[in-house]
Amino acid sequence: MDKQTPLVEMRDMHIAFGGIKAVDHVSVNLYPGEVVGLLGHNGAGKSTLIKILSGAYAADGGEIFVNGEKATINNPRDARRYNIETIYQTLALADNLDAASNLFLGRELTTPMGMVDDDAMEAECRKIMGRLNPNFQKFSEPVSALSGGQRQSVAIARAVYFNAKILIMDEPTAALGPHETQMVSELIQQLKSEGIGIFLISHDIHDVMELCDRASVMKNGQLVGTVDVNDVTDDDLLSMIILGKRPENVNVDA
Amino acid sequence: MDNSAKNLFAKLGLDVRLLGMIAALVIIWIVFGIFTDGRFLSPRNFFNVSVQTASVAVMATGMVFVIVTRNIDLSVGSMLGFIGMTVAALQVQWLPQVLGLGHWSIWIIAAFFAIFMGAVLGAFQGWIIGYLTVPAFIVTLGGFLVYRGAMWWVTQGQTQAPLDPNFRLLGGGAEGTLGETVSWIFGLVASVAAVVLMLLSRRNKSSHGFTVKPVWAEGILMGIAVGLIMCFVWIMNSYPVPKGAIKRITKSQGVEYVEGMGWDHGVAIPVVILLIVALVMTIIARRSRFGRYVYATGGNPEAAELSGINTRLLTVKVFALMGALTGIASIIASARLNAVDVGLGTLDELRVIAAAVIGGTALSGGAGTIYGAVIGALIMQSLQSGMASVGVDAPLQNIVVGIVLVFAVWVDIVYRRRTGA
Repeated sequence: MDKQTPLVEMRDMHIAFGGIKAVDHVSVNLYPGEVVGLLGHNGAGKSTLIKILSGAYAADGGEIFVNGEKATINNPRDARRYNIETIYQTLALADNLDAASNLFLGRELTTPMGMVDDDAMEAECRKIMGRLNPNFQKFSEPVSALSGGQRQSVAIARAVYFNAKILIMDEPTAALGPHETQMVSELIQQLKSEGIGIFLISHDIHDVMELCDRASVMKNGQLVGTVDVNDVTDDDLLSMIILGKRPENVNVDA
Repeated sequence: MDNSAKNLFAKLGLDVRLLGMIAALVIIWIVFGIFTDGRFLSPRNFFNVSVQTASVAVMATGMVFVIVTRNIDLSVGSMLGFIGMTVAALQVQWLPQVLGLGHWSIWIIAAFFAIFMGAVLGAFQGWIIGYLTVPAFIVTLGGFLVYRGAMWWVTQGQTQAPLDPNFRLLGGGAEGTLGETVSWIFGLVASVAAVVLMLLSRRNKSSHGFTVKPVWAEGILMGIAVGLIMCFVWIMNSYPVPKGAIKRITKSQGVEYVEGMGWDHGVAIPVVILLIVALVMTIIARRSRFGRYVYATGGNPEAAELSGINTRLLTVKVFALMGALTGIASIIASARLNAVDVGLGTLDELRVIAAAVIGGTALSGGAGTIYGAVIGALIMQSLQSGMASVGVDAPLQNIVVGIVLVFAVWVDIVYRRRTGA
């Protein structure tokens, strides 16, 4: 795997908000078909780092490479152009619109006249929801009328529908029950096998140990280190998160 | 409401809120009809109300987008006055010097200039709001003062009159209508268009295999639509032009007036303008990407931004559109009065906001319909005309309209809470 070109490489990223270094010279990378977990406390800088990649924040410095080529990502449109899709922790759904409108938000299907084609979008939405969440039926209601799990599946559908190469999942299971969490796990396995690279932000060490290939741990905006999850124990990861201490006798990239 | 009625409305796909507004409107009409011994329900009054509603309703359709994106525009009344005064001076003082008095193109230049001027002023306000991030309330409050002052400077406070005769037709009146025959044709075309649109939508839905309304429900809806359109045309075509105006018109056309000559008004041109504006704005709201982004941004600005929508530019566009519509409203208002004084448009911003809000536009953003705003404007105008014809004095009129506004919004809030929408 090491000899391949990384799908994404973020080098020396940094960003500060009013003097606070939210991300402090962090480098991470992601290979095709790989799941990299991003771990750390609240405020460790995981979400901020990922929002730079998704175009929500403009970095103060650092370089991003996609497939070995330098990428310029200034806004979410740029990120989408590089096939980077994001499932935000807040889901980023327009509550007053229905599922199909959210799925295609910013990328509407149009008729030859240039008008929004709601019926075609609903048809596509029904197809993908049929795969992801067969119980989903509320196609004509605004997403504010949906349950937490249903809303989550709309956000996931939006990321998956547009042939993502690089998928960012920010706490994708936080709002879900056990059954739905299981569905997300299966989805991650399936996307992985299709060669998609996934950054998975999580609080849950067990999720990370089960789903991820590698884990990058952040603390106070800095990268503690990146480890292969097969080389470490739960306790090793915990002490990286809490104490910022790298495990001994383990190969750690920093 | 009992369940069978609810079921019926659900099958017809009718919005309960729309029905509520129409019910309120009908009640207002009937009550004033009783108090005025039927005068309020005469074709003459309906014609006048329709013309008086047009200017505010045109602006209210734009205010829906402004409020849906969580903004407000307090400047539209002053902007209407500023545009009205500039365009009046254009056709009274400047254009006649260049083109000659009564030149055929004066009204076209004046009308385009009004719309263009509104769009530019609106876009500039939108730019300050979107890119310099000054709150819309403050920017348009500033605009409210600036335009009212600028209006005075255009002519040093002089009233401009009379306006170009062709321009004046855009404001209605005895001459400014479609006339009987064209009104009937207009009604027929509108009816056919409504039926065709419903059929197309049905075909598109069933081609994707979605469930469609039962045939009888679709038939009833088509019947209602066609009935309303033709009924409106019929009422407008039942209001005879007064003898004085007929003598004036025949004289200007060089035809000799003969006793017994007469015809009816038909649909007023400003009402035709309003209907076209409402149709175009509805298409923009429901079927264009721009409209979709307006609602998405109102529902969740952050989500819209993360979906790649340029919300700053969107703000500029929304305010430019509001400005252009204010330009159109300014044409209607000044043409109707055939004169522009420094008071034109005073308090219109509040009427426009009230119309949009009574029509179900939520100040918290994300929700509002074009037809609602138009009906809201019609409710406001009906109340005011009705009270005037009953003989309620002006201060009490304001008190009643103010109370109705607050009451309507409270009903809307209760409705939203009940339906969880």
